[in-house]
Amino acid sequence: MDLLRFITAGSVDDGKSTLIGRLLFDSKSILSDQLQAIRRQSRKDSALEIDLALLTDGLRAEREQGITIDVAYKYFSTTKRKFIIADAPGHIQYTRNMVTGASTANLALILIDARNGIVEQTRRHSILASLLGIPHIVVCVNKMDLVDFSEDRFYEIVNRYQAIAGKLGLNDVYYVPVSARLGDHIVDRSVHMPWFTGKPLLPYLEDLPLSSDINLEIARMPVQYVIRPQSGDLHDYRGYAGKIISGSFHQGEAVRIFPGGEETTISSIETFDGVLDQAFAPQSVIMHLTGDLGVGRGDLIVPRDQPVHFGQDIQATLCWMDTAPLKEGDRLLLQHNSSRIRCSIREIPYLIDVGSLEHLPAKGPIGLNEIFCATLHTAQPMAWDRYRDNRANGGFILIDEHSNLTVGAGMIQ
Amino acid sequence: MNKKDNDYLDQLESESIHILREVAGQFERPALLFSGGKDSITMTRIAQKAFRPGKFPFPLVHIDTGHNFPEVIAFRDQLVQSLGERLVVRRVEDTMREKNLKPPVGKLGSRNALQTYTLLDAIEEFRFDACIGGARRDEEKARAKERIVSVRDEFGQWEPKLQRPELWNLYNGRIHKGENVRVFPISNWTELDIWNYIRRERIDLPRIYFAHRRRCLVYKGQLVAASGHIINDPSDEFVERSVRFRTVGDMNCTAAVESTASTVEEIIREISLSRISERGETRIDDRTSEAAMEDRKKGGYF
Repeated sequence: MDLLRFITAGSVDDGKSTLIGRLLFDSKSILSDQLQAIRRQSRKDSALEIDLALLTDGLRAEREQGITIDVAYKYFSTTKRKFIIADAPGHIQYTRNMVTGASTANLALILIDARNGIVEQTRRHSILASLLGIPHIVVCVNKMDLVDFSEDRFYEIVNRYQAIAGKLGLNDVYYVPVSARLGDHIVDRSVHMPWFTGKPLLPYLEDLPLSSDINLEIARMPVQYVIRPQSGDLHDYRGYAGKIISGSFHQGEAVRIFPGGEETTISSIETFDGVLDQAFAPQSVIMHLTGDLGVGRGDLIVPRDQPVHFGQDIQATLCWMDTAPLKEGDRLLLQHNSSRIRCSIREIPYLIDVGSLEHLPAKGPIGLNEIFCATLHTAQPMAWDRYRDNRANGGFILIDEHSNLTVGAGMIQ
Repeated sequence: MNKKDNDYLDQLESESIHILREVAGQFERPALLFSGGKDSITMTRIAQKAFRPGKFPFPLVHIDTGHNFPEVIAFRDQLVQSLGERLVVRRVEDTMREKNLKPPVGKLGSRNALQTYTLLDAIEEFRFDACIGGARRDEEKARAKERIVSVRDEFGQWEPKLQRPELWNLYNGRIHKGENVRVFPISNWTELDIWNYIRRERIDLPRIYFAHRRRCLVYKGQLVAASGHIINDPSDEFVERSVRFRTVGDMNCTAAVESTASTVEEIIREISLSRISERGETRIDDRTSEAAMEDRKKGGYF
């Protein structure tokens, strides 16, 4: 059984929470006491009419205001797959929370209200999905019951979305007409839409062959921690603990350590369960390297024949996540895998209009939730890949040294 | 061949190992909160995978309500000994005495809420900067909203509106003096995942997780283990049933479920068919209000 992480994004009125509630309900993942709790709160009594949104809105403020503010993680399994849903808010003022949910997603479920068609939010969510490199998209045209289950209306929306997908380079998009409220095309075929011959939503999610979001070709392992028991017969033991974030390593492989540049070979790869000839992403392992090296947390292990970009200047697409604005010249901490280094914002060449994907000149400081391009200069050289080539070694966060808050996220271009 | 068939349990395990190693790399004085329940026992296995052949870079810390199942305490001591790791126990009873706190009222008088005081005192005493817990997001909907690395202020309080964005597998553990974080490495596991892992790894558990005959008080439709910690009334109804526990906490806030499942396989079968959530079935303290957990977390609870 494998694992699919997906994000749902949409505004309150698109019926996003109802759709998730429906997936959980129809896949029998809602348990009877949870159902009773939401029944107590819903005004309506029948199981089909209960307010499924109450299942996912976990904070008091969310229930009171009837909106989703922060990402909620929900879990369900079928016999084929385990699913992790990141249920993210749709409003523009919560873009940073959506980006949080999208960063680990392998699929984005985009909801469109059949009555309203494609709106500004649909474009924004699609653009964020494309920026964060989510490989699979499912467009759910919801509330089909409110447009008389019209085939014409569905395909009109599909045609318009295809234009957007083309422009964004989203290659794998599936379209499905649903009614989350009534359960049409969620688990079973809809009797109301015999004209639709594709799979309902859940069977599609179960059967979709997953293109891994892990780059299998180029191997990288950031060192997180050095294991040195310093006792008894383990006196000389020195193991470099970390998670292989992409590719694979094998015993005897010639590697280079960044940023120091030392060349060495892997003498062995070990886990608690035994020694391995070869280890693959996303395994967590302990590496042993030949020779006496000053390797520690923050270093990156790279095969010598799989080069990595290395330097102090990067250009990235960023999302600003702090209420205090950002301007050129600001200094921040940059966390990239297990390393944290100082950096300064050199230039902000343009903003990205998340409604149209157009580049706009940056006039003045960058505000909360804005997406923009910047060049950064780091205090020490760092070893990186382009985000589009290797998501695991191309993303970073920015931290304000004084507030300690995570104030930005970047994807290296 | 460049790809290994990655089972979802392998993926969850590796994510949890990565989080534990981040704690070790980013913090000076971490602690692993240990209750003796299946989730914290699973955490010790993941810690072995993260740090062996080295020692854990943190002690195990048990916040002891005093209302324990004796089997669990015996199991705890044996586990700690076989791991060769350090155990710190801080008792709610001592906190109650020192702070002159009133004992909890009511028939069951659960000390669950009082644990917060003892925990905050322990954090101050040892200057812990990161407390690792075995909470899972599938347990409760306020937990479903919490980050893996969750910053608490110097009073241990959680502020859901000010949570840091948490992207990819990058955890920002920077804090100011006096603040601490709670870290939840098994956030993305479900109850069933834990049991499947226990089966795969052949992890030992206290016997109370498996079906056994026990004398129980029938309390508001739930079964509570008979013990000296309950205030008895003449109208009490006691029954002897074959039961097991789905969660293990304070004896007085953990209800038993009727079951004949005596092996891990049988439990997995039973959970797969169960229509009631773990907390709903067994936690007596979550029923008070819709936001009970959110409020306790804001007050410094795990």
